[in-house]
Amino acid sequence: MEKNVAVRMQHITKAFGTKVVANKDVTLEIEKGEILALLGENGSGKTTLMNMLSGIYHPDKGEIFVGGKEVHIESPKDAYNLGIGMIHQHFKLVDVFTATENVALGMNKTEAKNRNAIAKGIAEICDRYGFDVDPDKKVYNMSVSQKQTLEIVKTLYRGANILILDEPTAVLTPQETDKLFKVLRNMKKDGKSIIIITHKLHEVLAISDRVSILRKGEYIGTVETKDATVQSLTEMMVGQKVELDIERPEVENKEKRIAVSHLTCLNKYGVKSLDDVSFDAYGGEILGIAGISGSGQKALLEAIAGLQAAEAGSSVRYFAPGSEEESELIGKTVTQIKQMGVALSFVPEDRLGMGLVGTMGMTDNMMLKSYKKGVVFADRKTPRALASRVKDELEVVTPSLQTPVRKLSGGNVQKVLVGREIAAEPTVLMAAYAVRGLDINTSYTIYRLLNEQKKKGVAVIYVGEDLDVLLALCDRIAVLCAGKLNGIVDARETTKEEVGMLMTNLREE
Amino acid sequence: MTGFISLFQAAVVFGTVIMFGAVGEIITEKSGNLNLGVPGIMYLGGIASLAGAFFYENSTDSPNSFVCVIIALLCAFLASALGGLIYSFLTITLRANQNVTGLTLTIFGSGVANFFGGSLNKLAGGVGQISVAATSTAFRSGVPLISKIEGPVGQLFFNYGWLTYIAIIVAIIAQWYLTRTRTGLNLRAVGENPATADAAGINVTAYKYLATCIGAGISGLGGMFYVMDYTKGTWANDGTIENLGWLAVALVIFTTWRPKNAIWGAYLFGILYWAFFYISGLTRSSQEIFKMLPYVVTIIVLIFISLRKKRENQPPEALGLSYFREDR
Repeated sequence: MEKNVAVRMQHITKAFGTKVVANKDVTLEIEKGEILALLGENGSGKTTLMNMLSGIYHPDKGEIFVGGKEVHIESPKDAYNLGIGMIHQHFKLVDVFTATENVALGMNKTEAKNRNAIAKGIAEICDRYGFDVDPDKKVYNMSVSQKQTLEIVKTLYRGANILILDEPTAVLTPQETDKLFKVLRNMKKDGKSIIIITHKLHEVLAISDRVSILRKGEYIGTVETKDATVQSLTEMMVGQKVELDIERPEVENKEKRIAVSHLTCLNKYGVKSLDDVSFDAYGGEILGIAGISGSGQKALLEAIAGLQAAEAGSSVRYFAPGSEEESELIGKTVTQIKQMGVALSFVPEDRLGMGLVGTMGMTDNMMLKSYKKGVVFADRKTPRALASRVKDELEVVTPSLQTPVRKLSGGNVQKVLVGREIAAEPTVLMAAYAVRGLDINTSYTIYRLLNEQKKKGVAVIYVGEDLDVLLALCDRIAVLCAGKLNGIVDARETTKEEVGMLMTNLREE
Repeated sequence: MTGFISLFQAAVVFGTVIMFGAVGEIITEKSGNLNLGVPGIMYLGGIASLAGAFFYENSTDSPNSFVCVIIALLCAFLASALGGLIYSFLTITLRANQNVTGLTLTIFGSGVANFFGGSLNKLAGGVGQISVAATSTAFRSGVPLISKIEGPVGQLFFNYGWLTYIAIIVAIIAQWYLTRTRTGLNLRAVGENPATADAAGINVTAYKYLATCIGAGISGLGGMFYVMDYTKGTWANDGTIENLGWLAVALVIFTTWRPKNAIWGAYLFGILYWAFFYISGLTRSSQEIFKMLPYVVTIIVLIFISLRKKRENQPPEALGLSYFREDR
């Protein structure tokens, strides 16, 4: 093995449970003094792979070599001792501690120094690489970018030579990203190896020396960044089109149902999660929403459903079927929207959080939608009938209607949720990642149900992550990129590459 | 003036019981474990020390006061730490609900203590007969030199059993440990954000176990102080220890999880609790309104710190939550 290799991961396989294989025979090499970009779509196993390097997971199969020697990394501490440090998307910092106290955490006796000495060490690292950290500032007073800087400084202070950054730019403004890249280049010059997990192609091209690509848990290849283009990387990332045998009925009686215009929402940090998004959704068609996760899909669905506040100037108008009447949904609560007679059904991403109550049975979960009916005593008969109808029609496998739904498998949970939402006879049906984690058969059942709704004239909005499914199932696909609508394409005409490009590259305006 | 002096003296003795209870509970809560078993643990400490002292005094004709003290201290600390260990095993290893476990421990502790309290009384010859005079005297003896100081100053500050001063020292050490030492920093990190502590290589389970057991041991000394000093080495199945235990839990909130505040907070609670005794013209029922004061003050403090939203005054962020590594 060459001397210059800092880490080699060989034939790594990792599975969660029996169904989900997160990594399959992945081999990866990181050299000293280089920046390696680890590129892949959501769910391609990038973070899982790196978690094995940082001691959070253990590989089922395969070997890891650090500095040419085989190692077994059992815990984050072992990783630290090998000079490997990972900066997670969720920062590992204690909010009520100062920067210095956070750096001092977990030091053993030989490393422990008084706080002034640690503060001095922090200042040295800052000078060397160009960071800016106030050692006495409390973490809860810091901005996201400052917290990230502190995480990197902490890792360097603990002697890391190999740094893993998990989507570091996801929370940063463009200016902060530039600053981060400058620091990363300084660290590279100093001989550190850096792995940056990302799915933003322009950043890969800007910062990395080499790019390794994962797709659906498998290692696709490694290319020199100087030989790569946005086009070539997109192709490696999304892969060849896979033909899926999903039925797609022609659109009939297309009728405008929802008009979204200039929709802008802010996330909890005050950053725009949706930026001036406008489109129409029609009854009788399935509108797909594509995008890298976190591009604004959640905010979009929740804004339409009345769960998310929108900024001034935003508008979501609803056109009732068979009438000229239109009504504004923005500014209304869920209950108000319901009272207006808008039949909106929402299958949220978080099935057992927002969708169903895990500890309740099917009947009680059906009742959640109708508990307001009945004067003193709630009506249990109708929900029970509905539950047993859903159970039969969708072939939900459950010991009884009273069995808590969290005890059911993911596919059956989703069937209960979709069954309930469809039973409400919606005119608009929104589904987020409706087939995530489901087996093939259940997935096809869900596609069939969505198509049935489409044929009934329902406007279906389907947020998906698998491009092959989006291309086969939807009529049109709206592509979100960084909170903006980056284009709407005809799913029958477009190619996987086109959608992939729209997902990763914001068009210049 | 004499009225105030005797109120203050009553408050200090009362306060010492809950100071031990609260300081132990602060250490426990700093690890993220909300142990509502404090009253039960104080019961365990009280009865264990009483039993230990009783059997020692019965076994010899001339009990040595030093041995009396050591036996009582050891029995109280170990029995209470055992209560903490039960709590730790249930909540940390088996991940049982912390509130339910704590409340159960309170019921368990009071049951065990009153069972053995009754049995000891019977052994001693009948209800209310038990007395460990030698041990109690040893605990109530003052600190050499300073207990000789006379006048109001001496009566106010230097006229107590030596354990009163130990309580203050324990609170100061706990404060110093939590804010100044490396392991104290690690402990606070475990209670604030166990995932972060884990990622930094801190053994979360070990810290939680140790903090809970040692904290319970310290809380239990409060029960021992109650038995040895407050009731002068006797036992009564009257539920007072449980009341004091809940006051200790309230005091933890009152101190905003800082042991140094427990020192004056405990005495303040004592003054508020005994105030009715020194206000003339109260009936039995209106006394009870005054006994409520410590709780009212705690509620006011809670409202105040919630309004100010200062992060340092909030409970440890992961308080009451079990930690699973797989959750990351």
